Amino acid sequence: MNNIIKGEKHDWEMVIGLEIHAQVKSNSKLFSSSSTKFGSSPNSQVSLVDAAMPGMLPVINKYCVEQAVKTGIGLNAKINNYSVFDRKNYFYADLPQGYQISQYKYPIVGEGKVTIDFKDGTSKDIRIVRLHLEQDAGKSLHDQNPSKTYVDLNRSGVALMEIVSEPDIRTPDEAGMYISKIRSILMYLDTCDGNMQEGSLRADVNISVRKPGDEYGTRCEIKNLNSIKFIKQAINYEVKRQIEILESGGSIEQNTMLFNTSTGKTRPMRNKEEAHDYRYFPDPDLLPLEISEEEIGKIKSSIPELPDELKNKFIETYKLSNYDASVLTAEKQTSDYFNETINSDSELKNYAKIVVNWITSELFSLLNKNNLDLNNSPVSPENLGQLIKLISTNEISGKIAKDVLEDMFSSGKTARQIVDEKGLQQVTDQDEIAKVIDEVITENPKMVEQYLGGKDKLLGFFVGQAMKLTKGKANPKMLNDILKQKLTKKN
Amino acid sequence: MKIDKNTINKIARLSRIKLDDKESEDYIKDLNSILDWVEQLNEVNTENVEPLSNISSSILPTREDVSSDSNSSDEILENAPDKLEGFFAVPKVVE
Amino acid sequence: MSKSSLKETLKDLDTKKISIRELNQDYLKRIKEKDNLNVFIHFSEENVLKQIDNLEKDNTIKKLKGIPIAIKDLFCTKSMPTTAASKILENFNPTYESFVTQKLLDEGSIFVGKTNLDEFAMGSATNTSFFGNTINPLSKENEPLAPGGSSGGSAAAVAADLCLGATGTDTGGSIRQPASFCGVVGIKPTYGLCSRWGIAAFASSLDQAGIFSHNVEDSSILLQSIAGFDQRDSTSAKVDIPNYFENLDDDLNGKTVGIPKEYSIDGTPMEISQIWEDAIKVLEKKGVKIKNISLPHTKYALPTYYIIAPAEASSNLARYDGVKYGFRSDEIDSLDEMYENTRAQGFGREVKRRILIGTYVLSAGYYDAYYLKAQKVRKLIADDFNKAFKECDFIVTPTAPSAAFPLNEKQNDPIKMYLNDVFTVPASLAGLPGISIPFGKDKNNLPLGIQILGKHFDEQQVFNAAVSLERSYE
Repeated sequence: MNNIIKGEKHDWEMVIGLEIHAQVKSNSKLFSSSSTKFGSSPNSQVSLVDAAMPGMLPVINKYCVEQAVKTGIGLNAKINNYSVFDRKNYFYADLPQGYQISQYKYPIVGEGKVTIDFKDGTSKDIRIVRLHLEQDAGKSLHDQNPSKTYVDLNRSGVALMEIVSEPDIRTPDEAGMYISKIRSILMYLDTCDGNMQEGSLRADVNISVRKPGDEYGTRCEIKNLNSIKFIKQAINYEVKRQIEILESGGSIEQNTMLFNTSTGKTRPMRNKEEAHDYRYFPDPDLLPLEISEEEIGKIKSSIPELPDELKNKFIETYKLSNYDASVLTAEKQTSDYFNETINSDSELKNYAKIVVNWITSELFSLLNKNNLDLNNSPVSPENLGQLIKLISTNEISGKIAKDVLEDMFSSGKTARQIVDEKGLQQVTDQDEIAKVIDEVITENPKMVEQYLGGKDKLLGFFVGQAMKLTKGKANPKMLNDILKQKLTKKN
Repeated sequence: MKIDKNTINKIARLSRIKLDDKESEDYIKDLNSILDWVEQLNEVNTENVEPLSNISSSILPTREDVSSDSNSSDEILENAPDKLEGFFAVPKVVE
Repeated sequence: MSKSSLKETLKDLDTKKISIRELNQDYLKRIKEKDNLNVFIHFSEENVLKQIDNLEKDNTIKKLKGIPIAIKDLFCTKSMPTTAASKILENFNPTYESFVTQKLLDEGSIFVGKTNLDEFAMGSATNTSFFGNTINPLSKENEPLAPGGSSGGSAAAVAADLCLGATGTDTGGSIRQPASFCGVVGIKPTYGLCSRWGIAAFASSLDQAGIFSHNVEDSSILLQSIAGFDQRDSTSAKVDIPNYFENLDDDLNGKTVGIPKEYSIDGTPMEISQIWEDAIKVLEKKGVKIKNISLPHTKYALPTYYIIAPAEASSNLARYDGVKYGFRSDEIDSLDEMYENTRAQGFGREVKRRILIGTYVLSAGYYDAYYLKAQKVRKLIADDFNKAFKECDFIVTPTAPSAAFPLNEKQNDPIKMYLNDVFTVPASLAGLPGISIPFGKDKNNLPLGIQILGKHFDEQQVFNAAVSLERSYE
């Protein structure tokens, strides 16, 4: 891998660390019982605690703690038996308490690592520094009113897991792969819905550049990026900006930046929390959180297979390639869909490669075209299995199967129904195919002559004509065989 | 003197409390005398002493993950000095 | 009319010697007469009458049915606004009822009003209130005295017989010291005994609700009513609440009282040392073993407290920002302007002083030297008590280093003011239960208080010792 960026004067290397904020999937908030549902009307999911009414007190949600532990295990990390909730003090309109309950000195999860896989078959470990639990803030809306900022506290108090990586990332692609991998693990664990668009998963990116081999440079933090595309764009822009400054003799000012998604540029935040003096101290409304080894063991045993395990299993069981297996396991819904499809018929496991192709190319492209998610696919895994079974038993041709899939997609009918209704079964009757071929030969004497004269390419023409007559239903292999036979016989 | 003009300005700013010059001076005086007075804690040997954050000896109680949607936005906004269209309203913020 | 006790009144109501309406009208009359004391921040006769109407229609049996109770204006109440004696909570009408006041309502008591206090309970004279001083009912004409603080309004309400009991909160002495100044009984129970839910927070690790009453028996009845586990407060204790009143026992024979030598402080007035000795003598006569104990870190309690309490307060009071409720300044050109002006204009001087000092001791570079250090000393102070209680059943000390002082004294020197809490703060830091009972008078015939401290959740022992001393004194 070459991570060197050629500057005007030097070679440079980028150093990137990510702080991922993942909303914990739970019914209620971290310290209050209001709902975590997204997209409800403003301030409709706000408890007295979330609005920081006088005298209101936090009580921790047990499930959120378990979710954090689960995630820690998924990140191959150390679970801390003792952790402490601290207050991080600062003022902002969408921070009703004037402090965020977070974890500072004693996080619930310690050091861990995740592995990212490259296309060329190599892989790399990204080290995790820690994972801690904290409260999400509310939302400030700046463009609803010309003179005012609106505050919606629905999100205020939702549990967040902050996952902090070491600055082990060296390219925008690695950053993308890292966050994809984290997202994948969270979704397998069902600890976060992974919805980046709705902000359930977002990242702050710390970026610096250095000459290869040098100490780390001064870093800037780009806040609140909520898509992999933006993360890569922001990194690229920021790295270029930093290199330009350094090469023109300037120095980097440590800054908190915002990324403008329409211009693709970063700029320093205007409202800097000066000096960043958050005055962390243990929240006196809460006691330390203690988790026993027994509880951790119980949570561990409830954890489903994670992407890396599943990938290896697919390679072994279905003899899939590393690439196919990693595509299948990148998202839990894909591997679930694959599992359900291949298990819908005992024969299908012999056609695993075909199943993969039909899911990852044909079905995915239809879903894409229709802007749908695999979870909302109109074609169920069972129905896709049935379609593949029809192909594998030569009942329909692959080409026809594509039309059938489109029909299934739009009509919701099963493959069987469509094939029966439209009479799409492959013609595999020798005599019937021979009859059609005879017809083609009879009608095209000139072509036959040319073919027999050595123009081998014309075979395709005869196949095409015969297919046309059978409406594409003739078994291609049989058609080919019989055609060749007949054309030779003529001699 | 531990607290000077700069320090008082910094902590007043962190506390989001505007102070006029007279107040600043008064608080510099007050805070310095209080800090001098608490200085006596340095006489106490606290080596190997665990800090005490809360007197309670029990373990952190937890609650089940059940959501109750009992709060209406009307109730939450009832006491708001400025509310518009179901939101709390504050002076416009430029990020 | 002599002050009647809660216990007697409950009997009179039960035997229909007096009706709920008659009883409360008597108190209403007195409240209006004593308007000059400025005991209440909120008082509405109409509201009291409405409560009487409702109770008259209610046929269920309730323990405190019809009993007039005053509520410190730090407890959030649905039926009355809540101010914490601060401008910053101007026009704040809670949509919820605090745990403690809800319990009192469930028992059928009548809330006569919300009592004055030091702003956010920060003070020792009820003179930092946005709503003006409360005057100690024991003041002579032309010489107004402070009722103590921060729960000065509640202490005064009981002392002036404007109610049969009142709620207070005690962070460093805010129940015991005003009880002593006003000549009433005040108990601060063990940290965690009464839920803090719905009480505007001052210092979360120290705040505890408690009761003012005319006597120890009443105190035991009322404390039982407000105590109990609350799952909405993570520091609320899961302990059984005994029937303190039923279990009252003034026979202390065979018990051991601890007398901490560190509470003999230079400059303590003779009269205070005298009542302390008197109390010890009384106990000795009752067969109590006297044990001299040492609480070696006592002198560090005040500076420890004045780091920890402001630190917590600086964070607890960050929510008063003019966004969700309460006062908002008119000068609001930007969000920061709004914060800074709202908080500058909304908070009083003492509150701002504590926020500033609290912010400083938590700030980068000072946390270890001040806050962490104070937490460590706090541990040593708590350990002192733990050790001492291995040798004794309860501890007896004076409550305050003086009797009630003139209203305007001690205002300019914060440290001098803080010294009021010298005997009450150590037990607060250790989370222990403490009661103050009137015991003797000074040369001006002003009441003095004796403090009894007990082991964690051993309120019964505290009440027993208190009732024993009280009965011997009467």
